[in-house]
Amino acid sequence: MGLKSGKIVAVTGNEAVAEALRQIDPDVCAAYPITPQTDMMQRFAAFVNDGMVKTEMVLVESEHSAMSACIGAAAGGGRVITATSGPGLALMWEMLFVASGLRLPIVMPVVNRALSAPLNIHGDHSDAMGARDSGWIQLWSENAQDAYDNAIQAFRIAEHMDIRLPVMVCLDGFIISHSIERIEYLDDETVKNFAGEYKPLIPLLDVEHPVSYGPLILPDYYMEFKRAQHEVMSKVKGVVLDVAAEFEKISGRGYGLFETYRLEDAEIGLVILNSAAGTSKDVVDSFRDRGIKAGLLRPRLFRPFPYGEVGEALKHLKAVCVLDRADSFGAYGPLFTEIASSLYPYRERPALINKIYGLGGRDYLPEHAELVLNELVEIAKTGKVKTFKEYIGVRE
Amino acid sequence: MKLKGWKDLTPGAVLTKPGSAAEFKTGSWRSFKPVWIPENCIQCLFCWMYCPDMAVKVKDGKREEFDYDYCKGCGICALECPGKKGNKAIVMEEEGK
Repeated sequence: MGLKSGKIVAVTGNEAVAEALRQIDPDVCAAYPITPQTDMMQRFAAFVNDGMVKTEMVLVESEHSAMSACIGAAAGGGRVITATSGPGLALMWEMLFVASGLRLPIVMPVVNRALSAPLNIHGDHSDAMGARDSGWIQLWSENAQDAYDNAIQAFRIAEHMDIRLPVMVCLDGFIISHSIERIEYLDDETVKNFAGEYKPLIPLLDVEHPVSYGPLILPDYYMEFKRAQHEVMSKVKGVVLDVAAEFEKISGRGYGLFETYRLEDAEIGLVILNSAAGTSKDVVDSFRDRGIKAGLLRPRLFRPFPYGEVGEALKHLKAVCVLDRADSFGAYGPLFTEIASSLYPYRERPALINKIYGLGGRDYLPEHAELVLNELVEIAKTGKVKTFKEYIGVRE
Repeated sequence: MKLKGWKDLTPGAVLTKPGSAAEFKTGSWRSFKPVWIPENCIQCLFCWMYCPDMAVKVKDGKREEFDYDYCKGCGICALECPGKKGNKAIVMEEEGK
């Protein structure tokens, strides 16, 4: 199959993901509106209304119900989607574990938003980080193009017969969901062929082969099921890379488990998720222009976490700062703890610091990245860390 | 029954064999056991109807002895039993006595 040139458009992140979902044309979508996801599902509902997809749209009364309906539809044997944000994801919490425990390949864009209180609707990773242990695969996206591409690849990863697990596609609320960017769409035919026909694994609606979903599993078997779930997660990395390689063939855009930027010969580096990585890369460039060997690593696959690969990519650095757009009060940020775990096996490893930034949509500016990189230059020189965890861009 | 290891389980704990609950004997949960007294039994089959499991065996429209492999000792049959002239046909006795 040759590479077809895509259609170049100026769209928001929400619009781009809604377009990916239209091209996939799933069987069922059960959703409840919540800012900043609302406009994505509103656009998708319009596609349903206009007959552009054959999807059965189920309008429910809460996110708990949305995920419950998705679970029922996926168990029934359908290709199923929903989308949510912040408190909506929090309300789904109980059902997230049911979806992954039942091994249902639901695809859910998560437009990252802060959690209350205080009430806040803006970009923050606390929602998806709160769901990191729910057994869902998590793909994170820097920009609208990433979110569109991840959404398409998510179906192939989730539905792979060795995997059969739900996938969250994370994109930053407002910063990406509501900003217009130049992106390249694939044509409908290419996306349809790439996603392929949906094959259910053990469908409840196969009346010739009756099955029961959701039995009570007591202490004599529960742990075996959880052990099996971990095993499936360990196969995800390989599938993510295979799907990315195939996706590159149709799009020309390469994806990995994470993105590295000027990291190979770097001495200091930033580790940062999603949209703030873009700003950071510009600042890395300005440090490079001044002869300072700075680099960056942006995780894409956060669950399962590729500890070995990340450790190998970072171990040669002298000092690394992990920036978290989510907090664990009284503890390090969730991304920091993963990076620290990745580097622990190495005798020689970089000094590590953690900065909490951008909570509740607080702007992350180039000067924040400059401040952090200057501190890393100092740490690399002296080998001394003054403070392991600090907040940046906050008033004293 | 030999317990399976984690590699031999159906994905998502889905039960693919209909009626497999019969393989799971729950009689050991019981702390009280129902005892059937045939001379007080009027064969109304209330016990059979009310039993939440399948612990009351019926053959040719007549009840027979309890199936203690599945009776969890809930006591509903003893409660519902009308008996004969005020004498219950099912009474609960503590296990191990």
